[in-house]
Amino acid sequence: MRARTIAAGLAVAALTLPLAGCGGDSAGDAKTIKIVYRNYSDFPQMDTFMKAVKKEFEAANPGVTAQLTPVSSLDSDYLAKVQLMQRSPSTAPDVLFEDSFNVNADAAAGYLLPIDDYLAKWSDWNSQFIPTTKQAGKATDGKTYAVPMGTDSRGLWFNKDIFAKAGLPTDWQPKTWNDVLDAARRIKQTQPGVEPMYMPLGKPAAEAMSMQSLEMLLYGTDTKNLYDEKAGKWVAPSKGFQDALGFVDTVMKENLAQTPAQAEDTQWAQTQMPLLMSQGKLGFMMDGGWYARYWEDGGVAPFPNWSKTLGTTTFPTQHGQAPGKVTLSGGWTLAVGASTGNADASVKFIETAMNKENSASIDVACSWLPVREDVKADPRLAQKDPTEPFWSSLVSFTRYRPTLSEYPQVSNAMDVAGDSVVNGGDPAQAAQKWAQDVAKAVGSDKVTAG
Amino acid sequence: MRRAPRFGVWLPPLAPSIVLLGLFVAGPIMWCFYAAFTNSALSGIAARRPKFVGLDNFTTAFTSSDVASSLWLTVVFVLLSAVLGQNGLGILLAVFLQHRGKLLRGVVGTVVVAAWVLPEVVAAFAIYAFLNAGGTLNEVLGWFGLGQNWLYTAPMLAVVLANVWRGTAFSMLVYQAALSEVPSDLVEAAEVDGAGPVGRFWHVVLPVIRRTVVTNLMLITLQTLGVFGLIYVLTAGGPDNRTRTLPLLMYEQAFKFGQIGYGTAIALVLLVLGAVFSLVYIRSLRAEV
Repeated sequence: MRARTIAAGLAVAALTLPLAGCGGDSAGDAKTIKIVYRNYSDFPQMDTFMKAVKKEFEAANPGVTAQLTPVSSLDSDYLAKVQLMQRSPSTAPDVLFEDSFNVNADAAAGYLLPIDDYLAKWSDWNSQFIPTTKQAGKATDGKTYAVPMGTDSRGLWFNKDIFAKAGLPTDWQPKTWNDVLDAARRIKQTQPGVEPMYMPLGKPAAEAMSMQSLEMLLYGTDTKNLYDEKAGKWVAPSKGFQDALGFVDTVMKENLAQTPAQAEDTQWAQTQMPLLMSQGKLGFMMDGGWYARYWEDGGVAPFPNWSKTLGTTTFPTQHGQAPGKVTLSGGWTLAVGASTGNADASVKFIETAMNKENSASIDVACSWLPVREDVKADPRLAQKDPTEPFWSSLVSFTRYRPTLSEYPQVSNAMDVAGDSVVNGGDPAQAAQKWAQDVAKAVGSDKVTAG
Repeated sequence: MRRAPRFGVWLPPLAPSIVLLGLFVAGPIMWCFYAAFTNSALSGIAARRPKFVGLDNFTTAFTSSDVASSLWLTVVFVLLSAVLGQNGLGILLAVFLQHRGKLLRGVVGTVVVAAWVLPEVVAAFAIYAFLNAGGTLNEVLGWFGLGQNWLYTAPMLAVVLANVWRGTAFSMLVYQAALSEVPSDLVEAAEVDGAGPVGRFWHVVLPVIRRTVVTNLMLITLQTLGVFGLIYVLTAGGPDNRTRTLPLLMYEQAFKFGQIGYGTAIALVLLVLGAVFSLVYIRSLRAEV
């Protein structure tokens, strides 16, 4: 029996262990720096970009090789894969493509190198980078761990043709959550072949559900906050979060958005949903401003006349409370791994990647909002994406996710709550369980009811 | 009693395997035991300096409704797909194919073994293509107006079917070997005494291959307890966690939510579950007929 038990244990252990072994290249080797980023069918832009930067970097720094190590995965799996790589110095990246929301947690884990001293000597950093966007790479200890590549904002994309057929204004500007729901109901009544709306939902959406759906809703309620900066406490439980879940509940119960089966499909939101939009089978979507890259030639869902057919507008607050609209910003960064064997070269690689020309090219390719003053004026941005000025204008009142190392755990708990409501769970119960999970993750002395 | 051979005699040839087993089997298990008592995490401060938290992870696990429901789903999955499905179907196929023509044995054997030969992920995608909303099954059922998204409406049935399809070959092969060892004079004697096919199987064949049945059950149970890839590809534990067996819960907590310590604690729960199943089988083997 013991042998069998051990056999079972083997299987178990094999699954749980971070398979960090087998390595030996990169870190510690000063001649090669390892560049880690995500490359997948829904996001081929970064690979093209990195290949170009590698060429430029290696030409300017003879003797140093930039070894590109793309991670093939969906956005939701990328984080865990990279964090597993970071656990062992032999596999850790030298330069890392990192979501800004995770910079704090990774800095606290000791995975990232503070680069203030290097940046101080980089004149572009001091003269061109927009001060607010620099926050994305700054941790709570006051040190800077990452350089922003681009930022973004969130709101509503809607199909003007569908709105016209439903008798809704083609210069739509919803004032309250109910206006949004009513528009969806209207589309459902008038056009049975059209899905009324989309918002990121379900377990596969992960951080997208907590940030783009639940936090967008929560920040427009009277609770307003997920984290109370003054008190230094997380706001849980809160009426606002329960109301946000209530909105999701209404959307699901009245079949206004994707079905639970679609929400739970790991591929649907990445591929099917943009296709629905491009085929004129989706009324509106609550999402980020970067979709132009999906609709261009060779994108996930080519949509030739999208800039004429689609309109953009801001997402409202719950009852129209001031300031009347909500948007959230995130963005991606480049960071240096703490165990790098060649910090100089790693920072130089980032400086090359984020020089004026390259910074503009990645912002254009990904439909991101620029982080450099001198890129803002680049005509290619608005040329390729006529909605860019709109998304850019939202930055003036945008809000960010709490930049604390516990945030990813609070966000996970939000996903659990949201997922349960998507599948028919009770919003009040889900909100309560969320508050318990948050208290467990951050400590019961760090939460306050709101 | 014979004296055990001297240390110096058996150690040299065994040393490489002892080192390898220690490194790749005992080491990870010990690490797993250690991590289960810490708050070790993928990121954040706990990744750099994991703290010893005593039994916290286990207290959380045993009071968590997630673990309880996953435990239940795991037991259901094992009973339906391994004990009933693979084992039952395997023995039926073996009996059915015994003393049949070479052609039939060859054809059926090939079809059954083909699923077993496929790599796990390929098999899982094949089943996905068969069961998903636009899949083969729905195309056929659609003619009768019965189409639906099976992976959403009956996810547990879907993963059970997948595991039965994939694993039955192993049981069938084991039983084919065992049946060929059953002395034919015993069976013939029973036949002369007037026993029908069911009687002959139940009273003569089954007692003879009893040990094989228990061994087979143990092997496939432990294998099924650890099934991850198949379920992950088909449903990823969803929808609404209705197929989130312990290995998937463990993965979710450790790698999606970054709670390595808690994930390893769940791994130990799975280990205990395997031990319980094994104990039951060992017991039944000891009760001699």
